[in-house]
Amino acid sequence: MSIFVDDTTRVVVQGLTGSQGRFHGLRNREYGTKVVAGVTPGKGGADVDGIPVYDSMKEAVEATGADTSFVVVPPPAAPEAILEAARAGIRLVVCITEGIPAQDEARVVNTLKRDYPSTRLVGPNCPGIISPGMCNIGITPGDIALPGGPVGIVSRSGTLTYQALYELSQQRVGQTTCIGIGGDPVPGTSFIDCLSAFEADPATKAVMMIGEIGGSAEESAAEYIASSMTKPVVAYIAGQTAPPGRRMGHAGAIVSGSAGTAKGKMEALGAAGVRVAKNPTEAGEVMVEIVHGL
Amino acid sequence: MDLFEYQGKQYFERYGIPVSKGAVADTVDEAVEAAGRVGYPVVVKAQVKVGGRGKAGGVKLASSPEEVKAHAGNILGMDIKGHVVERLWVEHATDIAKEWYASFTLDRAAQLHLLMLSTRGGVEIEEVAKSEPDALVRVHVDPSEGFTEGQASQAVMDAGIDDSVRSETAELLTKLYRCFVEGDCDLAEINPLVLTAEGKVHALDAKVTLDDNAGFRHPEWAEFAATETTDIREKSAKERGLNYIGLSGDVGIIANGAGLAMSTLDVVSQVGGSAANFLDIGGGASAELMASALELINSDPSVKSILVNIFGGITRCDEIANGIVEAMSRVDLKSPIVLRLDGTNAVAGREILAGHISDRLVAERTMLDAAARAVSLAAGR
Repeated sequence: MSIFVDDTTRVVVQGLTGSQGRFHGLRNREYGTKVVAGVTPGKGGADVDGIPVYDSMKEAVEATGADTSFVVVPPPAAPEAILEAARAGIRLVVCITEGIPAQDEARVVNTLKRDYPSTRLVGPNCPGIISPGMCNIGITPGDIALPGGPVGIVSRSGTLTYQALYELSQQRVGQTTCIGIGGDPVPGTSFIDCLSAFEADPATKAVMMIGEIGGSAEESAAEYIASSMTKPVVAYIAGQTAPPGRRMGHAGAIVSGSAGTAKGKMEALGAAGVRVAKNPTEAGEVMVEIVHGL
Repeated sequence: MDLFEYQGKQYFERYGIPVSKGAVADTVDEAVEAAGRVGYPVVVKAQVKVGGRGKAGGVKLASSPEEVKAHAGNILGMDIKGHVVERLWVEHATDIAKEWYASFTLDRAAQLHLLMLSTRGGVEIEEVAKSEPDALVRVHVDPSEGFTEGQASQAVMDAGIDDSVRSETAELLTKLYRCFVEGDCDLAEINPLVLTAEGKVHALDAKVTLDDNAGFRHPEWAEFAATETTDIREKSAKERGLNYIGLSGDVGIIANGAGLAMSTLDVVSQVGGSAANFLDIGGGASAELMASALELINSDPSVKSILVNIFGGITRCDEIANGIVEAMSRVDLKSPIVLRLDGTNAVAGREILAGHISDRLVAERTMLDAAARAVSLAAGR
């Protein structure tokens, strides 16, 4: 079992004809993902290594029955690409694009909530999602993941997502699903969305959570874990020794209060019963210990 | 990107928000000349990107050229919390009746825009927010719908803004929201927003943070970028397209992704070392960018060893390896490199580097081993 994606997921790559789209789209297919279509406006009728390309998401969905999209287009085009996917009835949009303006993100995420509540956006600015052995959408190197579970991974950082997969796979501990939610200010999917899905997934027995300094998403996750999770959670927060950022104005401090520091996040998670590790390697070791004790 | 007050005010003006008449001055003579142009009395204000300049003596009232000369002379070169004043803003003094507070920012937890408005403006607003939360009106705005006229008039009423200027203030808030959204701000804050003795509402200060991601649609931001940082290392990094923060240790750090870079700092500290910098080469870095990152770290005299920690996803390890080879042939690297390479095309990357491994280029298989090795090399062991 897994969350959000499995071996029936049918993927259309928005931006398949670009260099990144082609490289990662084909890698995803090579991994075993059902990459059924590509979309690039103006390039309909072409194909990329046998994958048909359409002008619009509507045509791609009608022709191939795709239910999921992988958005790999530059920042100016990404907001409209996400909304086009939602309009076409896509249920899961994975957007890896880095550098989308926050105002666009805020508008798109709230438009999805209001008009397309059944479409889930993962990202932007994330590595994507992988259910090892079944489906890999995004830029995660598939060979570092190990199928069979029982650990679910959710991470705000791209490269630390790989590090977490790697630490577990090295110890022969597999994963159900590993999802990178991205570090942008307005992510489509939150820690809590993923934690609740892992809690409900019978194959997932424990969850590893990777956070970073800034914002209050980890503190909110800690509240959720304390109130609603029965499965063990191991966490690592990056940035314990990061220099304090320059901050202007008062609005940020008024909104977030004391939230945002690594120390505050680690304490909140610790108080919620989470095993908090001091680095990714230790997080892996703690998780291995938990899995062996299951 | 944070703006100086004068840049923030110029930005506000584009959206029709009333600000004081003023001019920039980099020397005492320019300050006197500026004061003559804007009209006495004037306020001479230090331009620094840090709070508390008033308390530090960086804001002074002047009613004659002699006073401007004296104040400008004192303030230029002043050190305010580590920020040296290089520029002044000389503006026509405002006769203040009341000081208020207004800002738009993103409430990340709610995923909505947030207006905050208070009649208790001035320096202690954070205190007010804590001790008297009712004195600060908070209004959430749905970014997909925008700030409505109804919300604006309700907010000024709830905040207790004077009757006589309610519609004027509501209109100003609408302009501030437009500046925040169309101007791609992370923060648009006015503290204080003043009611003048003549009964006008007016922005007496401007705190604007622009969203760097939106630079592609704001060619006019180029002038702000030019004054962004005075740290030579950071300036040079910015020109190379690198995300760099200078620190005080001796282990140079290069990693891909902010999370892995921060984690690398954590691990270096945990094994007893200290990082000379934070450097994230971003996703999908080319060989050229990697070589450029190494050159930048190499130019820092405090660096004794260089830790390169790469876990390739969109970044391809063969590109990284080529960048290292290129940098080694192009410049004389003063410090040994400790390398940890995993992820996309890692095997190809390691093959490229196989012939170059020496005591100047050491490969380690894990992040912890690499950090320990870099720290011991920096210590001369």
